[in-house]
Amino acid sequence: SWWPGGFHVTPKISLICPESCLLIVVGVIIGLLLFYAGLTNVGPLTPNVFFLYMLPPIVLDAGYYMPNRPFFDNLVTILLFAVVGTVFNAMTVGMSLWAVGLTGLYGVEMPLLDTLLFSSIACAVDPIAVLAVFEEIHVNEVLYILVFGESLLNDAVTVVLYHMFEGYAEMGPKNIITVDYLAGVASFFVVALGGTIVGILWGLLAAFVSRFTHHVRVIEPLFVFVMAYLSYVSAELFHFSGILALTFCGITMKNYVEENISYKSHVTVKYAMKMLASSSETIIFLFLGVSTVNDNHEWNTWFVVMTIFFCTVYRTIGVIILTALANRFRLHRIDKVAQFILAYGGLRGAVAFALVLIVSDRIIPTKNMMVTTIIALVFFTVFIQGMTIGPLVRILNVPIKNKIKLSMNERILTRSMDHLMAAIEDIVGQTMGNYHLRDKFKYYNNKYLRPVLT
Amino acid sequence: MGNKSSLMLQPEEIAEIHQETGFSPSQIERLYSRFTNLDKTDNGTLSREDFLRIPELAINPLGDRIVHAFFNEAYDDRINFRQFMRVLSRFRPVKKNKENKLNSREEKLRFAFKMYDLDDDNKISRDELLAVLHMMVGANISEEQLANIADRTILEADHDGDHMISFEEFCSTLERTDVEEKMSIRFLH
Repeated sequence: SWWPGGFHVTPKISLICPESCLLIVVGVIIGLLLFYAGLTNVGPLTPNVFFLYMLPPIVLDAGYYMPNRPFFDNLVTILLFAVVGTVFNAMTVGMSLWAVGLTGLYGVEMPLLDTLLFSSIACAVDPIAVLAVFEEIHVNEVLYILVFGESLLNDAVTVVLYHMFEGYAEMGPKNIITVDYLAGVASFFVVALGGTIVGILWGLLAAFVSRFTHHVRVIEPLFVFVMAYLSYVSAELFHFSGILALTFCGITMKNYVEENISYKSHVTVKYAMKMLASSSETIIFLFLGVSTVNDNHEWNTWFVVMTIFFCTVYRTIGVIILTALANRFRLHRIDKVAQFILAYGGLRGAVAFALVLIVSDRIIPTKNMMVTTIIALVFFTVFIQGMTIGPLVRILNVPIKNKIKLSMNERILTRSMDHLMAAIEDIVGQTMGNYHLRDKFKYYNNKYLRPVLT
Repeated sequence: MGNKSSLMLQPEEIAEIHQETGFSPSQIERLYSRFTNLDKTDNGTLSREDFLRIPELAINPLGDRIVHAFFNEAYDDRINFRQFMRVLSRFRPVKKNKENKLNSREEKLRFAFKMYDLDDDNKISRDELLAVLHMMVGANISEEQLANIADRTILEADHDGDHMISFEEFCSTLERTDVEEKMSIRFLH
């Protein structure tokens, strides 16, 4: 992208290094300067700033420009990775870290619930880091949407696991009863569905409002941004998943809004959104670097090594198990190379960092150590995996996204093929097929939603 | 329903259909029960009306075209289970190691071509294309625009200058498209 223009002046560096790495390096340098100038504890990346101002633009951009077709075509697989995969990783990593801790290797006492809280933060794949790296390497659409979709949709799981284990840790292991476990499972559905529904409602509302803005074209982009932001804030208000709300708000409103607003507004929305997103991406990585430099670090070599080791190993195992499962119902198998990219592309980023900062050291005495470890994990994934994934994609011959403009024939014929496949699904009576559902949605959309919203 | 159908379908017949189409025995039985379900007159064959009675197919803009292409296999206006399965097997996913004549790229394309070629002369004329376009876009686009699109589409595909799209020209316009993927579904067991 265009933003940190300076890095692209030296083309060789940007070939080896994704922008996110360079930004972190610059951030660390700034942090060191501040630190030696005596300005300790500047730490600009506070959880509030991150979640309220810096995260929403990126997620909105992602949702609004989501490639809908591959996203919904692969939704089942994405959900499998995002929900089952994240829970699997969090549990296995947490248990393993705790088991290793029993040997006394870390030198500090780590109760099971604390390690589980930690692992649920550490295991969430981060949409920002994934975007920052995958935007540059251009893998094919399906692979991209699998990693990226997982990173967006796992937010609900992360939020639930995080609050659940924090709650459990506060109650103490002895006071937890079965109902609490059930409540944890139930709260997942509330958080995920709540976020999604809030997002869809705001998206529909934004589409509806944009019908009436043709007198004052200047405010059209404003409505898009404000209503989307409101979806995020109102979801967060009820502790629903804000990321899911924003993603689905973007997906929902896009088609209708684009039809209602003027061409100029459309261009404005596009550029403003891209600019906001890449500015805040830049700031996040920069701040991440700056925040690294402070004197609260508690470096625990074994804990760091074990965390990185278990996160890598269990992500790989998880991907292998889940793709084996997914390939049973997928028309197009996820092959070995794709599995590797899926496992390897699971980058951690600022979301984990901001979440670990909110952990209260009253409940978790080892908080500082956790913060340090998360930073180490983020640096490891962003630097080592982020820097090597590009060359690996070339070496392994991962299918690259091909950008060809479709001819008139191709457009018409693929569209008629979609209708054809929907009909075949209807004839054989597979009413849950992709084509069938898409056709049904299109039918109701054209009949009921579109007339109201556009 | 499952009981009834498995009683009527002989094991030898399943084996033959399996041999010919590549469907697994459980898929064949499942599809047979669907077939008998659609067969309202209970005479072992389906008519066009039986297909068009499927509610979802009735709202499919290309519904009757697809049924038309389905009956290309039939000798008269009825289709028996064997023919039904032969048509459906075109939409089986292509497996690299298993060669099957019925679900090859060419057969899939042949079916798609038949949707357009209403008069069965192996050419898509401007009118035939326009009729399909009409069904797909509905009332959103003006007559003039549609005619423009149809002209451009034919101009783009037509290599021999007869203002029609032959099957060969049809295939060559879809060279870059992953037809094997786009025209396959996973049949349930």
